[in-house]
Amino acid sequence: MRILSLALKRLAASLPTLVFILVGMFLLLKLAPGDTVDALLAQMGGADANVAADLRSFYGLDMSVAAQLGNYLWRLVRFDLGFSAIYGKPVATVIVERLPATLLLMISALSFAFFFGLVLGVLAARRVNRWPDTLISTVGLIFYATPSFWFGLMAIVVFSVYLQWLPAGGFEDITTGHVGLARTLDIARHLILPTLTLGLIFLAIYLRIMRASMLEVLNLDFVRTARSKGLDETRIVTRHVLRNALLPMVTLIGLQAGTMLGGSVVVESVFSLPGLGRLAYEAVVQRDLNTLLGIVFISALLVIIINFLVDLVYARLDPRIAGGG
Amino acid sequence: MNALLKLEGLSVRLPQGADRSHALREVSLSLQPNEILCVVGESGSGKSMTANAVMRLLPTGVVIDQGQVMFGGRDLASLDEAEMRAVRGAGIAMIFQEPMTALNPLRTIGDQIGEMLKIHTQLSASAISARVLERLAEVRIPDPAMTIRAYPHELSGGQRQRAMIAMALALDPKVLIADEPTTALDVTTQAQILALIRDLQARKGTGVLFITHDFGVVAEIADRVAVMQHGKVVELGTTHEVLRHPQHPYTRQLIGAVPQLKAPPPRAISAETILSIEDVSKTYRTGGFLRRGARVTHAVRDVSLNLPKGGTLGIVGESGSGKSTLARCIVRLIEPDKGVIRLGATNILALGGEDLRRQRARVQMVFQDPFGSLNPRRKAGDLVAQGPIIHGVPRAEAEARAKELFELVGLDPASTDRFPHEFSGGQRQRIGLARALALQPDVLVADEPVSALDVSVQAQVLKLLADLRTRLGLSLVFITHDLRVAAQVCDLVAVMKDGLVVESGPTAQVFEHPEHAYTQALLGSIPGRSFALNQDG
Amino acid sequence: MQGLIRALLAGVEVMTLLRAYCRSPSAVAGLLLLALVVVMATTAGWLFPRDPLALAGRPLVWPGDNPRFYLGTDNSGRDIAAQIFHGARISLLIGLVATSIAIVIGVVIGAISGYYGGWVDTALMRVTEAFQTLPNFLLLLVLVAVFGSNLMTVTIAIGVVSWPAPARLTRAEFLSFRNREFVQACRTLGMKDRQIIFREILPNALPPVIVYASVVMAVAILLESALAFLRLSDPNVASWGNLIGLGRDVLRIQWYVSAIPGLAILLTVLAVSLVGQGLNDALNPRLKGR
Repeated sequence: MRILSLALKRLAASLPTLVFILVGMFLLLKLAPGDTVDALLAQMGGADANVAADLRSFYGLDMSVAAQLGNYLWRLVRFDLGFSAIYGKPVATVIVERLPATLLLMISALSFAFFFGLVLGVLAARRVNRWPDTLISTVGLIFYATPSFWFGLMAIVVFSVYLQWLPAGGFEDITTGHVGLARTLDIARHLILPTLTLGLIFLAIYLRIMRASMLEVLNLDFVRTARSKGLDETRIVTRHVLRNALLPMVTLIGLQAGTMLGGSVVVESVFSLPGLGRLAYEAVVQRDLNTLLGIVFISALLVIIINFLVDLVYARLDPRIAGGG
Repeated sequence: MNALLKLEGLSVRLPQGADRSHALREVSLSLQPNEILCVVGESGSGKSMTANAVMRLLPTGVVIDQGQVMFGGRDLASLDEAEMRAVRGAGIAMIFQEPMTALNPLRTIGDQIGEMLKIHTQLSASAISARVLERLAEVRIPDPAMTIRAYPHELSGGQRQRAMIAMALALDPKVLIADEPTTALDVTTQAQILALIRDLQARKGTGVLFITHDFGVVAEIADRVAVMQHGKVVELGTTHEVLRHPQHPYTRQLIGAVPQLKAPPPRAISAETILSIEDVSKTYRTGGFLRRGARVTHAVRDVSLNLPKGGTLGIVGESGSGKSTLARCIVRLIEPDKGVIRLGATNILALGGEDLRRQRARVQMVFQDPFGSLNPRRKAGDLVAQGPIIHGVPRAEAEARAKELFELVGLDPASTDRFPHEFSGGQRQRIGLARALALQPDVLVADEPVSALDVSVQAQVLKLLADLRTRLGLSLVFITHDLRVAAQVCDLVAVMKDGLVVESGPTAQVFEHPEHAYTQALLGSIPGRSFALNQDG
Repeated sequence: MQGLIRALLAGVEVMTLLRAYCRSPSAVAGLLLLALVVVMATTAGWLFPRDPLALAGRPLVWPGDNPRFYLGTDNSGRDIAAQIFHGARISLLIGLVATSIAIVIGVVIGAISGYYGGWVDTALMRVTEAFQTLPNFLLLLVLVAVFGSNLMTVTIAIGVVSWPAPARLTRAEFLSFRNREFVQACRTLGMKDRQIIFREILPNALPPVIVYASVVMAVAILLESALAFLRLSDPNVASWGNLIGLGRDVLRIQWYVSAIPGLAILLTVLAVSLVGQGLNDALNPRLKGR
């Protein structure tokens, strides 16, 4: 219960952050050349000034910036993200349609990166400065240096074009009309390459942090205590080092949540996935500022929620948090 | 009698590039059953390395290259890793200096003690928890049943050390190695832990190899003593022989450097007050804001003290007593919540801005940590000249004065060009002293200036301080946790506990006729009290 | 600035540092690789004096097919080798300038936040948190959408989204130094805050931040290439990311158009990371040996 109340307190503390982001973004987008009406008119192929003025007053764009901002925030409180002129639907609807693909991609990429980063980091730390460590660390550095979109393209060339093992893009194969398990497997097949592409750089980061964290913990006093008790090295790692070394990794998930969401913009573009990232890209290109602001809101909310969950996990792992340290 | 543990000509080699080739050279020691053998020495003497060599827990690159460690008829130095693991914990157990970090913060005490039984015995889970409970009761931890489920951060330092001892003795090992187990503890806690070790050792007949730097502890607990210097044993004998009739010159020098508890005859003290502290309080609030979760710590509570001109006021107390906070209030590194601190006629707490900056020259501070108190990226001379330059002295003049001050504190004036890391700990403290004196302060506040130093260096710095005090007529506030040091340098002494001054007065009076129960307890806890009172015998 | 450099080097033996650096083969490899990229950037104008974005020959010539274009041509017949060499300039320029912007903002904010603590710290950290809560690539998209995508705005935008991490690092360093006794000593001497922050603490706090700058630079190069790949960076310069984006249209057959610039990015970022890691190990020799 204490853990939950602590995490809830942190959650409440991030509310001002959210408001700050929204106000900042709203004002920033007011600086953008052209507004929603311009974009709409461009799509309709132009119209006269009267129509434009009418539309502006319909969307409330003829009021002062402060009034518009106030309006926007008030609508947000009621979870009304406005209307996307480009998609002809409420922004909330557009986002909800796109959210599942992004969430699925993030979860699978995170699991992939976390699991292999952990295992490789432990292996490298156990063999520090010997060839397995050198190999793992070098591969990690190369993964880190690889631009994700380029890796995605090269993976398409190899696995889709030459080997024809995996689909080159899309979320699922609609033409076959799979349902149930078959559909799930189909989606999974489509997500393999995007997951690898998005997860690669995070795998490199997690592996590096896990290795460093293991080495640091291995040097702490209580490990010496464990050795003096007669524990063997495997037991020392599993019973004493691992959990302590995991703490920075868990923190990192929270810190990297935003970066990962940003990375999905590129990956979803490469693999034509109908996700939030691709929506953000389209919104920028088409100047659909309402949708863009909505995406900013949802992304920030997502990052805050992820951090809330990370806090809960961290407090489970570390009794010092819940103990009121 | 058959020795439990016998070190024969043990040498330990350091990796290439270290400052010397060997950490230990042909160390021979033997530990009998039911005895406490103290290995005593200053930092770098190899005393801890001896303990680690026995356990074969040496850092990578450090190896035993000669000699034997005989235990139970086998040479530990030639056992393989698996055989050695069976010895650790079961045959020879170990406790360490830092109770704060020696336990895994993420696992419960009961779990960690139980682990010892789990890896060395076939006991069932319920038998193990019964044993753990029994062991915890044995080390007299309050509420053992609760402690089993507690995490290390929920216990005090002394309780953690008790838990460590319970863990080490879980399997009734023949030998216990204690590596400075009380150094990080307050003096009253130290006395309890020493008594506990002595008591358990006598009851179980364990042989204890006790590593320490403190001759007081040696006098308190040891049956026999080995004195180490530069990786060699220079003297070995019974406690009485070594402490009363030391043979080796190094032993004599070490023992001579131990400050006595008896205060020297009082000096004449001026009637004029230079610094007066009136009703000073400082409270800290931590945790939750605007909520009941906030915890309030009264670091300093209504303290009133006077420092006569040219006198030395000692403020003694254990950690958390508020003595360092009070010192920092005097130099205004910390702002007190209320009270008045008068330097001559000015209330220095009322000053602000430019007035405060100018006033700062009048009260200077000497810090505890010889490594942390000097900016590693500034030359020693710069550090000393900095103060006067800030207060408007031309650079050339300030640098010339820095050289004079170097001479004054016993450093080579030619070394002003060197960086702090090129000096030893004692020399760094001298630089810190020179820096404080450069501004010709009216009052010098010294916050544990010798606690981080080895005993022989400590004696030299104390002597310098006493010398400068008479030559320059310094008024000194001297903060220390070590009553023996306080007895040596202070004219007046104030004892602090939980932010309050519980007793104050002339040093000889407080030390010889303590009135407050806490002062009596503090004095009674000093290790090797009779030895400290009377070394001349 | 000069004073800061002198203070940074004070007490550090440059030769010892250099020797420690050169002991690691991967650090030396990184330095050589980075030198190679720098040489490419400096000789680009001399080896390929023509506009790298001008038509040079038949489109989609495979590497090696025509000795004039040893790395081939792209879909519109431009010399890939020329674009790679000129692209090195862009990547290094953007990397260096954006990194400098991020480090300067980060250090100032982190230093003030860490030194003063209290409400100043709370306020500044809220802002930092806001920047970290917002996915940085999304913010980058918005900035580019608002301010346009020429070389300068893209560079500044990358700098602006990259400062929070160095700020947090600097803050952590300052927090640990703030209560160090040598800083307290400076205060008791009557030193002014500005002098304590910039002359006393900063030289001590900077080495890890400088090491971290290599990470910022690596990320900056990657961010620009991703932006260019999405055709949201400056289309009028020879950027590696632009070329990859272009090659995407012919990916199925002429995959080399995307592959070559991607390798260039990979090697450049790898070089920067290796140099950073080498510096780190040289500055903390204690950590390496264990």
